[in-house]
Amino acid sequence: MSEFYLPEGLPAPTAAPDGLSQPYWDGTRANKLRIQKCRGCGAWQWGPEWVCHRCHSFDLSWEDIKGRGRIYSYQRPHHPVHQALVGHGPYIAVLVELPDYGNVRMVGNLLGDPTQEVRVGAPVEAVFEPHKDFTLVQWRVV
Amino acid sequence: MTERTLRGKAAIVGMGETPYYKHGKSPDSEFELALMAVVAACKDAGISPHELDGFASYGNDRSDAGRLAAALGCKEFRFSNMFWGGGGGGVCGSVANAAAAVATGMADCVIAFRSLAQGQYARYGRGAPVTSVGGDDAFLFPYGVMSPAQRFAMKITRFMHERGIKQEALRAISLACYHHAQTNPRAVMHGKPLDEAKYGNSRWIIEPFFHLYDCCLENDGAAAVLVVSADRAKDFPNKPAYLLGAVQGCDHRSAAPVHNMPGYDSSHFRSLAPHLYRMAKLGPADMQIVQCYENFTGGVLMSLIEHGLVKAEEANEFLVKDNLIAPDGKMPLNTSGGNLAECYMHGLELVIEAVHQIRGDANNQLKRNDTAIVIGGPMVTPVSSLILGSEAAL
Repeated sequence: MSEFYLPEGLPAPTAAPDGLSQPYWDGTRANKLRIQKCRGCGAWQWGPEWVCHRCHSFDLSWEDIKGRGRIYSYQRPHHPVHQALVGHGPYIAVLVELPDYGNVRMVGNLLGDPTQEVRVGAPVEAVFEPHKDFTLVQWRVV
Repeated sequence: MTERTLRGKAAIVGMGETPYYKHGKSPDSEFELALMAVVAACKDAGISPHELDGFASYGNDRSDAGRLAAALGCKEFRFSNMFWGGGGGGVCGSVANAAAAVATGMADCVIAFRSLAQGQYARYGRGAPVTSVGGDDAFLFPYGVMSPAQRFAMKITRFMHERGIKQEALRAISLACYHHAQTNPRAVMHGKPLDEAKYGNSRWIIEPFFHLYDCCLENDGAAAVLVVSADRAKDFPNKPAYLLGAVQGCDHRSAAPVHNMPGYDSSHFRSLAPHLYRMAKLGPADMQIVQCYENFTGGVLMSLIEHGLVKAEEANEFLVKDNLIAPDGKMPLNTSGGNLAECYMHGLELVIEAVHQIRGDANNQLKRNDTAIVIGGPMVTPVSSLILGSEAAL
């Protein structure tokens, strides 16, 4: 069995030239899950942005958080839309809500049997999946 | 202060379409398709393309407005407008922007158009052929969330889950579109009927709610409508379709990154639809003609509910084929076949069908045809929708 949930060859994540998400990708590399927190009003924010949508402070910190949440929604794609997925078969992507952090949501794959029944609301925890140049964050039911 | 409104200020007086092709099958280049549709719209309206003085489009259309004006020899060029966002979110917005231009005197004769030749460019249903991604995509693509269907699927899963709406409601939408295409010779799926078994046996694109037939086509072609001010509308040979209401935009923070918009399970019309009806001075029950953009049937479902045309708690009972087909259904839907079965012209074919219905010359003509709602590409940001009507509806 592969050490990766999906086959290699999918587009690799980068922080983009503006560097906005660099702290996140540096964090996953060290097995830390980080999201933004506003130093102005204390709001959690995800995905990354330059400004707090609540109080418009530009002073946003990156906080390490616990990778615990619950499944908010999911999908099981069958049709391969990328060459790397041809012949791979169905897989599961989940949208995970993090109740301890302002209900921000994260997208990842649900580890385990790709044909498993998925229950909205099921508790999940984050699992780091290191690749050569980056580390993804996956989820598994707890 | 005078009332700020577009109601009754502008009208569609001309329409043009190229033949519609399967993706990659157009014998003509994308720009040539655009020119052909614009020329056809002018012919329909009985004017020379020299008289055009503006162009509005959406979806990052590649056919540049300035080049169109030059190629067609437009005597004046006074208005150009590109609606932000991808897909068909801007279809109704492009018509409304054209209407705003003629209503305010910025221009007199404005074309809203869309041209697409995917065979000559990238397809929509494939992930971008790139080796690395940044920004929002970096949090989605490595997990196999990259095509439009995959970007929207989890909105629909959540919406259906929260409200207990079943696959059969989506199936009815698809069946109605294919039904209407069978009497529309222009439809790409003309002669290719769909029934419950064929739908049910079709392969999964994405579980739990995307069978093959829940997904739009990908096509080549072009379409255009000509918008003029209402006071000139009767100078043209065809019965005018007046703009009664228009909205564009989205819900609060609909574009929040990595699926963090507050009202996630939405087509993004919740806060817009009331503005639409307010401008039109009409309500959902007044809509006689309903054209609703199908990128995916789940998007149609959410759009219909958010525009008050169907109640969520009644969706399972109401969304059956018999209720959705012309001429006698309770709410005939996408009477030319729409994006699912006529052509994926990013919804402009839905605007054109609404005008055919108002004129009274549609292939699947409805008996009551004074008011039409057209809803543009749900789930993208921004989206747009439109109410059109005959002179009797003014």
